[in-house]
Amino acid sequence: MDFLNAIIVLFNFTVIPALAYGSQLALGAIFVTLIYAVLRFANFATGDMMSFGTMFAVILTYYFQSLGIGLGILPTALLTIPFAILMMILYMLIIDKFVFSYYRIKKSPPVQFAMVSVGVMFVTQALIRIIIGPSDRRFLDGEKFIIKATEFKEITGLAEGITLKSTQAITIIVTLIVVSIMFWFLNRTKTGTSMRAYSDNEDLALLSGIDPKRVVLITWVIAGILATIGGVLYGLDKSYRPFVYFNNMLPIFAAAIVGGIGNPFGAFLGGYVIAFAEIFVTYAYKRFISYLLPEHLEPDSLLQLLSTDYKFAVSFSILVIVLLIRPSGIFKGKVI
Amino acid sequence: MKNYKNVIAAYSIMIFLIILVGIFQSWSIALTILNYCLISAVMTIGANIQWGYAGLINFGIMGYTALGGLAVVLVSVEPVKKAWQVGGLNILACIWIIVAIIFVVKFILNRFDKSKLRNYSVASVILGGIILLRVTAAPGIEAIESVDPAKTGFLGGMGLPVLFSWIFGALLAGSLAFVIGKIALGLRADYLAIATLLIAEIIVSIIKHEEWLARGVKNVIGLKRPAPYEIDLQTSEWFINLVTKFNSSKLNLINSISDKQEALNQMVIDASSVYVKLCFTGLFLTVVIILLIVTQKALYSPWGRKMRAIRDNEEAASAMGKNIVKEHLLIFILGSAIVGLAGAMMVTNDGLFTPGSYRPMRYTFVIWVMVIVGGTGNNFGAILGGFVVWFLWVEAAPIALFLINLFTSHLPETNAVRVHLIESAPYFRFLVIGIGLLLIMRYRPQGIIPEKIIKQ
Repeated sequence: MDFLNAIIVLFNFTVIPALAYGSQLALGAIFVTLIYAVLRFANFATGDMMSFGTMFAVILTYYFQSLGIGLGILPTALLTIPFAILMMILYMLIIDKFVFSYYRIKKSPPVQFAMVSVGVMFVTQALIRIIIGPSDRRFLDGEKFIIKATEFKEITGLAEGITLKSTQAITIIVTLIVVSIMFWFLNRTKTGTSMRAYSDNEDLALLSGIDPKRVVLITWVIAGILATIGGVLYGLDKSYRPFVYFNNMLPIFAAAIVGGIGNPFGAFLGGYVIAFAEIFVTYAYKRFISYLLPEHLEPDSLLQLLSTDYKFAVSFSILVIVLLIRPSGIFKGKVI
Repeated sequence: MKNYKNVIAAYSIMIFLIILVGIFQSWSIALTILNYCLISAVMTIGANIQWGYAGLINFGIMGYTALGGLAVVLVSVEPVKKAWQVGGLNILACIWIIVAIIFVVKFILNRFDKSKLRNYSVASVILGGIILLRVTAAPGIEAIESVDPAKTGFLGGMGLPVLFSWIFGALLAGSLAFVIGKIALGLRADYLAIATLLIAEIIVSIIKHEEWLARGVKNVIGLKRPAPYEIDLQTSEWFINLVTKFNSSKLNLINSISDKQEALNQMVIDASSVYVKLCFTGLFLTVVIILLIVTQKALYSPWGRKMRAIRDNEEAASAMGKNIVKEHLLIFILGSAIVGLAGAMMVTNDGLFTPGSYRPMRYTFVIWVMVIVGGTGNNFGAILGGFVVWFLWVEAAPIALFLINLFTSHLPETNAVRVHLIESAPYFRFLVIGIGLLLIMRYRPQGIIPEKIIKQ
């Protein structure tokens, strides 16, 4: 029984949160990696673009709530995602038309692209703050929990319970659906193949009649979908705050590089690697261990490897280690 | 002389703008802006050495700035004796453990051939070392942090004059840059940018959360100053006499003695803050001029030519026998050290160390915008960029507020759009900086004052 309790403690406090957080990171990381693979630059506006898409979802959620439209037990935000995605894609295409396309045609070095994306980051951040303001917003409605700890305890008769928030379940399910559709698209359809061809060798792709404009357009469309869904899921799970989204860019970059930048599947797994590492390293194992050991051996300290303050530092340290040992990432992305 | 015409013109406009602020807002604000412009100028000189001279992209400026700030605390604050008594030994032991770990790892790396066993043993040594560190440090840290936590709760510094900290800050940042450079410099440009951005974040999070070191997010206030304090000035005879002398014509106009005394008091208070800021301006200006002379000399020396050669064509420079790895590391250290110096200057100017305020937006990206806008590879340009962008960063909000009021003046006071716009005026600075950067990158990619290569 104690063994079961220990497993449940671990599951409840590490595995479930890590899966949800990892899914959010994974969506962002695929976004980064796609832009890197097809458009060939590190997009420093990643976090703010996700924030921009989420902003529309938040505003529309408030609007729908005022109209009385809702999804019952599901959060209204899910209903607003398609509209938010449309706005996001529109914004990205405008940015691409007026900013990035010029440098793409000129074949500027990636560093210049990166600096331009810093400019886009500033502008996006300003727009977000002017439109919705920098404050903290919660826009989750509907049922909060799928399984509550007390109910779980009653049903199973165990001392420890499992809490499953509806946002966590939604995050994991939506991520799996979106990512599988995207991989199917990239690997099985003609357009997806042409995108991969363009990413592998631009000149050869052009020779074989692939229209670069179309590839770029589709990349931004997919990027808009990923950015918005990733951002909304994160906002539902925690809360929407522009500043936090900017900071989230850092673990997202770490995930993309750890997975091998330019490799979508690597980025997907990289998100989970980073999330699990962050949570496993900063989790206090005291309760877990105390179930496994006999009573007189119970530990006094928290048994925490690092304090939770260093959550971000963990993912960055993993990144540095990966860069040192295997710069192309765990799952071999573009050789850099 | 013709070559320098646009430089002189650009700087004159900048000075003129600051004087305008002095006339329309107040001289105290103008001097604050000027001081920050000078600090930004030092940062941009550092960033420009890395990016403009050598083409290294360092997004870790925030980290070095924070380290420079930490140096001020470590050097100038009086040591907390009690904290040293209760926990000093543990901390010293930790330092020895770290040194031992480094030597053991180095020994293993040098002694054995590359193999899986070697990797595992290095990893286990590091992991074991970290556990040992935690065990040794934990009681010490707890003891130190419980020494009068409201006021101290940290080890304190060395109690030296604060100007030493500027040098120490540069050294600290430079030595960290050595370590980071060894790790990250082999990476391709955009990887290097991401890696340095993340490493800077690690540094700041360590400074934030290790409270025994510099109180972390609890901040250190009341740091020493190289300039006199306002309160001391306001009570000293010579200063009051000086103010009276300057304003005698104004004072003579007032008849009643009590009114005169009141007016004089107000003038003394204003003048004291201006005087203190002028002291800082003098110090900062000296630093900027010295750095400018040195960097300018370096740029046009054989060494500077070598750096440009490496930047423009690594393979060719390498074929000519230049050691690229070594030069990159050197320039990474030099640039970071200058940024560290700027960080120390900034904390000295503020008189307080607030690790929570170090954010990549303000301390990395804005500095980069300064370098790009001003002119990469040209020190005059970089400094001008520091001035222009900092000026915009500070003055964008008041200007935006003015424009919003102008354009919405036909709307009633309570109009929702108007109220919302006025509330969000501070965020127009991001918009101005962002659009400015995009425009400069598009239409004048070499910056306001482009790089000039003198043919020798």
